[in-house]
Amino acid sequence: MAKKLHDTPNLDQLESGPWPSFVTGIKRLAKDKDIMVDLLGHLEHSYQTRKGYWKGGTVGVFGYGGGIIPRFTEIKDENEQPVFKDAAEFHTLRVMPPAGMHYNTDILRKFCDIWEKHGSGLIAFHGQSGDIMFQGCSTENVQKAFDEINELGFDLGGAGPAVRTSMSCVGAARCEQSCFDEGKGLRKIVNAFLDDMHRPALPYKFKFKFSGCPNDCMNSIQRSDMAIIGTWRDNIQTDEALAKKWFAKHGLNELVNDVVGMCPTRAIQLKEIKAVSKDTAVSSVAVNDTQALEINNKDCVRCMHCINVMTGALAPGQDRGATILVGGKRTLKIGDLMGTVVVPFMKLETDEDYEQLLDLAKRIVDFFAENALEHERTGEMIERIGLVNFLEGIELEIDPSMVANPRTNPYVRMDGWDEEVARVKAKQAAA
Amino acid sequence: MSQPQMRKPIECGVPDHMQYLHPTLRKNYGNWKYHDRPRPGVLHHVSKSGDEVWTVRAGTQRQMDVYTIRKLCDIADKFAEGHVRFTIRSNIEFMVADEKKVAPLIAELEKNGFPVGGTGNSVSMIAHTQGFLHCDIPGTDASGVVKSLMDELYEEFKNEQMPNRVRLSTSCCEINCGGQADLAIVIQHTKPPKINHDLVANVCERPAVVARCPVAAIRPALVNGKPTLEVDEKKCVCCGACFPPCPPMQINDPEHSKLAIWVGGKNSNARLKPQFMKMVAAGLPNHPPRWPEVAEVVKRILRTYKEDARPWERMADWIDRIGWPRFFEKTGLTFTKYLIDDWRGSRSNLNASTHIRF
Repeated sequence: MAKKLHDTPNLDQLESGPWPSFVTGIKRLAKDKDIMVDLLGHLEHSYQTRKGYWKGGTVGVFGYGGGIIPRFTEIKDENEQPVFKDAAEFHTLRVMPPAGMHYNTDILRKFCDIWEKHGSGLIAFHGQSGDIMFQGCSTENVQKAFDEINELGFDLGGAGPAVRTSMSCVGAARCEQSCFDEGKGLRKIVNAFLDDMHRPALPYKFKFKFSGCPNDCMNSIQRSDMAIIGTWRDNIQTDEALAKKWFAKHGLNELVNDVVGMCPTRAIQLKEIKAVSKDTAVSSVAVNDTQALEINNKDCVRCMHCINVMTGALAPGQDRGATILVGGKRTLKIGDLMGTVVVPFMKLETDEDYEQLLDLAKRIVDFFAENALEHERTGEMIERIGLVNFLEGIELEIDPSMVANPRTNPYVRMDGWDEEVARVKAKQAAA
Repeated sequence: MSQPQMRKPIECGVPDHMQYLHPTLRKNYGNWKYHDRPRPGVLHHVSKSGDEVWTVRAGTQRQMDVYTIRKLCDIADKFAEGHVRFTIRSNIEFMVADEKKVAPLIAELEKNGFPVGGTGNSVSMIAHTQGFLHCDIPGTDASGVVKSLMDELYEEFKNEQMPNRVRLSTSCCEINCGGQADLAIVIQHTKPPKINHDLVANVCERPAVVARCPVAAIRPALVNGKPTLEVDEKKCVCCGACFPPCPPMQINDPEHSKLAIWVGGKNSNARLKPQFMKMVAAGLPNHPPRWPEVAEVVKRILRTYKEDARPWERMADWIDRIGWPRFFEKTGLTFTKYLIDDWRGSRSNLNASTHIRF
């Protein structure tokens, strides 16, 4: 039995309503745990005064320089003693999840048992970087909890100026749009950077994210320094039986308005079957006895819209891999940045392909480590030095797929133009 | 003196996910053909092998006590061969290879208070951050905002009645850990930091704090003979970037830290390229425990989108079609001078054409 609950009139109001209540969950833990009794008091104080009262500090586990988020209370009485003393230390362990966030109940129950013993009993699945967050631990128990979690085959994630925990979508495990083995890619890359994760020494954070197709369910384009987004080079695949089934259910209006009309590059046309182009870059599929969709794959930008609408009837091609973009992040400090293309297509099929991906990741992180300013993300670094300097640094050739359009101003020194034309032409001739 | 023997970490990294996959997913890894949605909250995937799997998705509170997790495990053991996965939005998914298990699984989840939904054209669970519960720099709470809003949006989670999927996020400071979304709620501070000059020299690495400011408004100063920092309040944009590296520069304020609403962000490449979200409302009070003023604006925008957008239009696609003047007209929100961008590159956010909808 724990001590008596504090009055929490604000939090109590979050127990009503149909959505699952975190307050009810914390109160259940507070029956046995003084730390949760005081956490409720601490949180209620924030609700009443509309301010936060945690400060950071230095707490870690032996051998690592990051992965624990230390929290010490700032609510003190007149003698500088914590008002909510049993929650005066409320640290979080960031633990990396399996790719795709798959679990069996055996491992989840073991997590619960460990965290009931050493921590507060509150676990978040998952934080915004993908970590399992074991929330609420005393300084003394952090090492004990980590040791037991680590023995289960789980490791701490990143914090501070380090390679961070990564995420990949459900992907190949359950999604027909998957264009590479996202989980394999994630493990291959992240597990090669554990030193940069566990011993923070980069200019600032560095995030990898893995999405299996351009729907980008992991939000990688704006939430990662290096986004690996699945795509394909060859023609969209089609399945006539599924296309006819879709058409029978949805009809001509939806086909025209929701599929043909919404293609962003007008790559799809509705045609009489006999008029469909025989060009090798054309995919086509009959939707009824007389009409077919004709897709010009040279115009298609692999946006996924038509495939999302007619899943199975249309599908990504067979020559699959990923587009790689660098530099996504949110506002601070120079403003929002999307990741931009540095590799239009990298084949991701064989072990050698994944080695090549890792090799590129190493070149990018090395360049970042050596060239970024303190507290500067990759996107800001590229903004400062220019994409071309970055590409030269990581030894990648330029490609017109890297730009939305060529430059719109003349402010550039161009006396090397002729040599550059000759170099690019020679390179193209050699390819 | 001898040191106590410390256990060295096993630097094992990301565990192999294959050991945790549901058997049908493991067997058909990389071999899926298509999927459909038999009802809201349920996905039905068909493999090229002919195998089928039904996924039942349910909402959680993300911040879960061990009793809640064990209850979900009991349900997984009873119906789903002891396997689950989580989505990026903290929904839990149960996979079953037998269609007959779907209805009893849904009944069991709902009986235990876990709403089934969040698939297809629904409003899925809100991506959220730590807030008052655990963050060291929060302007507001996260779990409470999400709980309040999901109570209001409960039916939209359980049904697929929106034009396309709707992704929401909340963030307790302008760092925006919640991320880009169709609709995002983000703290917007409106007053410069209040500086405790007695503490700055001891707590803050002053050159690093000066460098952190996006508008160069911070400079070294002496106050009462102590080295400290001062802020040019005319330049300050109240972003709060100085607060994390220098806690004596308190940016959070119960009255003046307001909430802003942003719309039209998306990460997907489908149709329009990925879009940043745009600020459309601000000045909403930080009003725990249920933030009714925020909920009102959120519901108003979602209601307008639901009524007006065409099938498959995300929030950004819809606004791209109807234009910003009509967005403000239809939602009844007020367009003010503060919504006209003046940050670097801002002219690309102006209308450089005569494309105007009358």
